[in-house]
Amino acid sequence: MTHDFVQNFPLFCIILTLFSGPCCMILRGRWARYVNLGVISAVGVMSLFVLLDVCARGGSYVYMMGHFPAPWGNEIRVGPLEAFMALFFCIIMLLSMIGGAPQRLRKIEASKENLYYVMVNLLLSSLLALIYTNDLFTAYVFVEINTISACGMIMICQNGHTLEAATRYMIMSLLGSGLLLLGICFLYGLTGHLLMSNIKEAVAQLVAAGTYHAPLMVAVGLMCVGLAIKSALFPFHSWLPDAYGYSTVSSAAILSSLVSKGYIFLLIKIFYRVIGFDIICNSKIINIFFVFGIAGMMFGSISAARETNIRRMIAFSSVAQIGYIYMGFGLGTGMGVLASIYHILSHAATKSLLFVSAAGLSESSADSRELADLTGAGYRNASAGMAFTVGALSMVGFPLFSGFISKILFAQAAVNQSGKMLPTLIALALSTILNVIYFMRAVIVIYTPLRSIPAERREGYRRIRMSTYPQITVVFGCFVLLNLVLGLMSQPIVELCARGLGMFG
Amino acid sequence: MSRKVSEKEYEKTLTFRLRQWLSGAKDPFLDTVEMKPQQQIRESEEVIREHELQHQRIVEHSYDVEHNAQVRLFRKFYKLFSVIFCLCLVFILLVGVSSLPQYGHEENPVNNEVSARYIERGLQETGAINIVTGMILDYRAFDTLGESHVLFLATCTVLILMRRDKKKYQETAEHNDRIYEPKNDVILQTTARVLVPFIELFGIYVILGGHLGPGGGFSGGAICGAGLILYLNAFGFAKTERFFTGKTYKCMCFGALACYSLAKTYSFYTGANHIESVIPLGTPGAILSSGLILILDICVGLVVSGTMYTFYVMFRKGGY
Amino acid sequence: MSVGNLSANYQEAIAMIMFAIGFSNLLLQKNLIKKIIGFNIMDSSVYLFLALKGYIAGHHAAIVTDGVQSVDAYINPIPSGLVLTGIVVSVSVTALMLSLTIRLYSRYHTLDLDRITTEVKKGGF
Repeated sequence: MTHDFVQNFPLFCIILTLFSGPCCMILRGRWARYVNLGVISAVGVMSLFVLLDVCARGGSYVYMMGHFPAPWGNEIRVGPLEAFMALFFCIIMLLSMIGGAPQRLRKIEASKENLYYVMVNLLLSSLLALIYTNDLFTAYVFVEINTISACGMIMICQNGHTLEAATRYMIMSLLGSGLLLLGICFLYGLTGHLLMSNIKEAVAQLVAAGTYHAPLMVAVGLMCVGLAIKSALFPFHSWLPDAYGYSTVSSAAILSSLVSKGYIFLLIKIFYRVIGFDIICNSKIINIFFVFGIAGMMFGSISAARETNIRRMIAFSSVAQIGYIYMGFGLGTGMGVLASIYHILSHAATKSLLFVSAAGLSESSADSRELADLTGAGYRNASAGMAFTVGALSMVGFPLFSGFISKILFAQAAVNQSGKMLPTLIALALSTILNVIYFMRAVIVIYTPLRSIPAERREGYRRIRMSTYPQITVVFGCFVLLNLVLGLMSQPIVELCARGLGMFG
Repeated sequence: MSRKVSEKEYEKTLTFRLRQWLSGAKDPFLDTVEMKPQQQIRESEEVIREHELQHQRIVEHSYDVEHNAQVRLFRKFYKLFSVIFCLCLVFILLVGVSSLPQYGHEENPVNNEVSARYIERGLQETGAINIVTGMILDYRAFDTLGESHVLFLATCTVLILMRRDKKKYQETAEHNDRIYEPKNDVILQTTARVLVPFIELFGIYVILGGHLGPGGGFSGGAICGAGLILYLNAFGFAKTERFFTGKTYKCMCFGALACYSLAKTYSFYTGANHIESVIPLGTPGAILSSGLILILDICVGLVVSGTMYTFYVMFRKGGY
Repeated sequence: MSVGNLSANYQEAIAMIMFAIGFSNLLLQKNLIKKIIGFNIMDSSVYLFLALKGYIAGHHAAIVTDGVQSVDAYINPIPSGLVLTGIVVSVSVTALMLSLTIRLYSRYHTLDLDRITTEVKKGGF
């Protein structure tokens, strides 16, 4: 069965991003930047074509990587959900890279700038491979690429904070990788397959026959715990505030929006395509996710309310949002997973907006990140102030923006669950109140007039007009538009995700 | 200010006073409330020094982790919790292992039709006598593509962290490097002069014979890299800089990975669209056989040997 | 809970104990170099476990000799290939961790991660 030319695009995307890594290494800084932006745009356009083609076709297809069909060779599987996620990640990455460009040029040494773009390109390739792959071991190899490139992005500007954060991040990630690989080995030992669809059939047979129950549960537990550690679920989040708080803007935006989401997408694949959603729901692992998700929501929000550094405050808010996503998994229904997927999209669009606008506010306040020094920054940098307000409202769950829709989806998913409805709704309400406390406090501070600060602390404050950095203004506009689209036109997107999720298994 | 009323009369109106109060231009309590005349506070030198000393003591005390009771309690709790976690992990894993299929048994689930096809038809389909090489470079080549990029990525991160700019640090780095090393040691140099050609030759043999016997790009590349490191240790940076500079590594790495990506794009594209590949498989046992596997082995070997040498050089000196 | 195949799978049990030793080293040791050694032990034990999966008693290594191509003559080749990939990943990550350690040491002159955290909080950049 020959493929149309459009159907080859996922392969071209992955190979193009992998190839652009060595390309950026031999080029100098400026050319590497152009190559990077060009590659991300090209991959975005190709993903758009793939999405249109798959929606027109009405089903997912399987693409053989090589001359031999799976399970003897590798294969990738392309469906509506995968193509849409690829397109969305490309948009977020493009906007983050353009939005963080001025600060990046100031902070990174000129001789090492091209290595940063190598990291970003290979991060994109690992995200694409994790989205499209149908093979567990390929997923492991690209998880490692994801980890190493994320570490490279954290430590590109080498000060004490980022080095220590990168070390903590690597230690936590290696724990997670070890557990994930061990889980994959156990599963391989029980089923003899590495292809996800084949593993699912074998696991269904094992569960029906009742043999090898203990090792199967051990394997599932190891894989889920390993991926949860890597995506910074509640007790394993200690690296997150420092890593997001002190790295460059584009690093923080991409890390918070995309890196953890790749692992969560792989976890969704393991739920649906490797083990089978019913078996997962019957095991106790989702209860553990539920408890730690709610604990993460509470702890993240409380810690964020105590922070005075704006970047660390946004980073702690990320901990809370990842808790939301795991709570959605813990509900144990298709609607819960759909709410988590929508929250992935909403969080990616909002969190990168918050980081880029916080950088704009800091720049107009003598590069300080303390909330007290940011008084009146909304008047000095109008576009950043407005963008920050939009992001804060979306995080809080104000109607019109994307956060509102994801909270509604969570509440709808929780309604018919016998034991879990009450804790979910209480946790949603409490965390919304906490979100309001710290986000609205920040918005009020940035819009307080400056007269209350004595004149000597105002050194270095400058006004940044919209024409100083025109590309950043455009980026803010695109982010706000994305948020509005996700908030107002959520129905077709939710239907697309639901249809894709139905074809996912 | 109103145009209908003069400025003096405007200053007496309520609106003017309200606007003044709102904008904070005039202090409403001055001249109306009894207050002490304000004096400028002057602190003597000793008081200022005392304050600074106190500040220093506060900083030291708050960051004094050794004697902090809360931190010690947290550490004990963390250790206890981690030990319990690890013991539980051991227990769970041993329970899992004890229920696994029996080791070395022929009827295990792992020995199914997947491995059967690799063994029975691997030679005909890939042309490689070494079934494992055929598997990683032909059947499951996508994994190996990702893995070579893992190696490349690790080199890039080590370059970010360890590479020092030539202009600033070259002399001090060279000086520090040569302090602990015997300069021009006779035994080392004679041995290296004899061994290094053989090591490199053996490495090339292992790379080229990857599809004919045990070996392959990874092991052969590691051997070649080890030979280069021995040469560097014996003869110093001046001699190795003549043939291996930063530019050499960049070109080698880029060329090898580009060649790999192009070859694999061709292979994946023709495979997925069911086009026959024009690359002949050759006769098994000859060195020019098994299609693209020989070329891929050479690419992987180049990447691995360059990486091994780069790691060593970066850790030692920070430059080539 | 029965002991089951524990005595027959004793090599895999040893791999699991090594895994736990490596894991606890990575988690509990304060010295960065010892953490890296713990990570290496952990990864080596996973590769040992994976390589043991491929063994079939009485069969030979997966290189076609004398033209024999039947399944009864060779071990399972898949785990060997997976271990090759894994070893490369382990080497890469070890190099990255060691260079991070060297950078941290040259800045703070200590290998203790807790003390480094305190210094970072105190001193800032």
